[in-house]
Amino acid sequence: MAYSEKLVDHFENPRNVGALDKNDPAVGTGLVGAPACGDVMKLQIKVNAEGIIEDAKFKTFGCGSAIASSSLVTEWVKGKSVDEAATIKNTDIAKHLALPPVKIHCSVLAEDAIKAAIEDYRKKRV
Amino acid sequence: MSAAAMKTPADRANAPKKPVYLDYQATTPMDPRVLEAMMPFFTEKFGNPHSRNHEYGWEAEEAVEIARRQVAELIGADEREIVFTSGATESNNLAIAGVAHFYKDQRDHIVTLATEHKCVLDTCRHLEQEGFKVTYLPVRQDGLVDLAELDKAITERTVLVSIMGANNEIGVIQPLAEIGAMCRAKGAFFHTDCAQAYGKIPLDVDAMKIDLMSISGHKIYGPKGIGALYVRRKPRVRLQALIHGGGQERGMRSGTLPTPLCVGLGRAAEIAKNEMATEAARLTKLRERFLSAIRERLPEVFLNGDHTHRLPGNLNLSFAYVEGEGLMMGIKDLCVSSGSACTSASLEPSYVLRALGVEEELAHTSLRIGFGRFTTEAEVDYAADRIIEAVSKLRSMSPLWEMAQEGIDIKSIQWAAH
Repeated sequence: MAYSEKLVDHFENPRNVGALDKNDPAVGTGLVGAPACGDVMKLQIKVNAEGIIEDAKFKTFGCGSAIASSSLVTEWVKGKSVDEAATIKNTDIAKHLALPPVKIHCSVLAEDAIKAAIEDYRKKRV
Repeated sequence: MSAAAMKTPADRANAPKKPVYLDYQATTPMDPRVLEAMMPFFTEKFGNPHSRNHEYGWEAEEAVEIARRQVAELIGADEREIVFTSGATESNNLAIAGVAHFYKDQRDHIVTLATEHKCVLDTCRHLEQEGFKVTYLPVRQDGLVDLAELDKAITERTVLVSIMGANNEIGVIQPLAEIGAMCRAKGAFFHTDCAQAYGKIPLDVDAMKIDLMSISGHKIYGPKGIGALYVRRKPRVRLQALIHGGGQERGMRSGTLPTPLCVGLGRAAEIAKNEMATEAARLTKLRERFLSAIRERLPEVFLNGDHTHRLPGNLNLSFAYVEGEGLMMGIKDLCVSSGSACTSASLEPSYVLRALGVEEELAHTSLRIGFGRFTTEAEVDYAADRIIEAVSKLRSMSPLWEMAQEGIDIKSIQWAAH
């Protein structure tokens, strides 16, 4: 199976690998997937006072497509407002990385990870 | 002229290095000595081995019969007990369905293992639809059959016990002599799929009381598209043929024999017989060298399947917290096989590892690494370095590794299965 150049680049040079302090009220953490299914994504966002995502980090257990999908979304959410980030669609991720059909679930998981991180951040705000 | 033939030596020197092949359980390159033996039978010695009336037929027939003897000699069989087939898949189909159909009025039960190759399991499933009863025995945690369980499973209705010599994923070698004795005592035929074992470990059909044995050409540095089935003559095993026609191979497998492929299988068997002991010792050394390098420098690596009862050239390792397919992508210049079948839509990890009781999260982290005749020590060292590097990098970006380092039990987390 041949992967796209963009996918291989994100796998080999992943952006924003790491962790933010999950106890920081400005940080939202999303943990999705399951080890038994072979995919786990942890995605974190740090939101500034203006409601803009100023930093994002990820760690992923999974195949190359899962790692590339999570790397890509950390790039995409940075600089976006929380509401804008919530509109990122898995189909955009799949299209950008040219994911093969059997790997579409990786992009779904990445979308779920952003939504989970946003939900966690919003919960901390109330 | 092909593009490859037009390359100058300078082009070849600048070409990217070929990836290191460590997937010898999938297939093997042909030994040049095998190719050399086959070559004349494609062109000048092209006769039909079944043509009885002229020189071309006679020389082809003689070559095929020499090959048949070479195939038989490796397992202590008589050449009249060897049936050439298209490969081990056909041999397994012929052995299992052939025996089941021939004896269906007397016995209707088959015993096999949960860890058998798909072509054995699928043939058994097919027979179940026809009304046969099949017992799929679980294996122990080390991958070996539980002989007490096997003993209980074989009844007076059991016509056939089909248990592989060595497993294609985890390389464990089953106790064939013990199984054979048990089957003989209970009057059930013993078939063994030896696609992985034949030519790699000593096998003797009489000492092990084997009634049928499946053999593959391309796993032993021979050609693809040829295999054989050993069918015992005394006491005689009868089969109902799958392929009907001119009655070749004593009616068990019609069709003109592919002389060059038969010659190749025979030559490959002959080389294996002469070199098995030295090759096994060399491969065991390479395997242990690789394993100690990995274990010295990487924590939490688990060997799947028994260590001692194992093919000399096989390893199956789980690298905890790193997903197998992602790992394979990180070691692009190594050709290995992933135990996690993440490429299939099912997301199911290997059924063999699951049968051993390997937890799903660990099954997803496994690689099969196969060493063979042309593997060098330098390749083994290179592969170990590359794998250690890739696992370390992927662990540093694995949320599961992070949790493990923080002392969080990943089993304590409520995961949402997807």
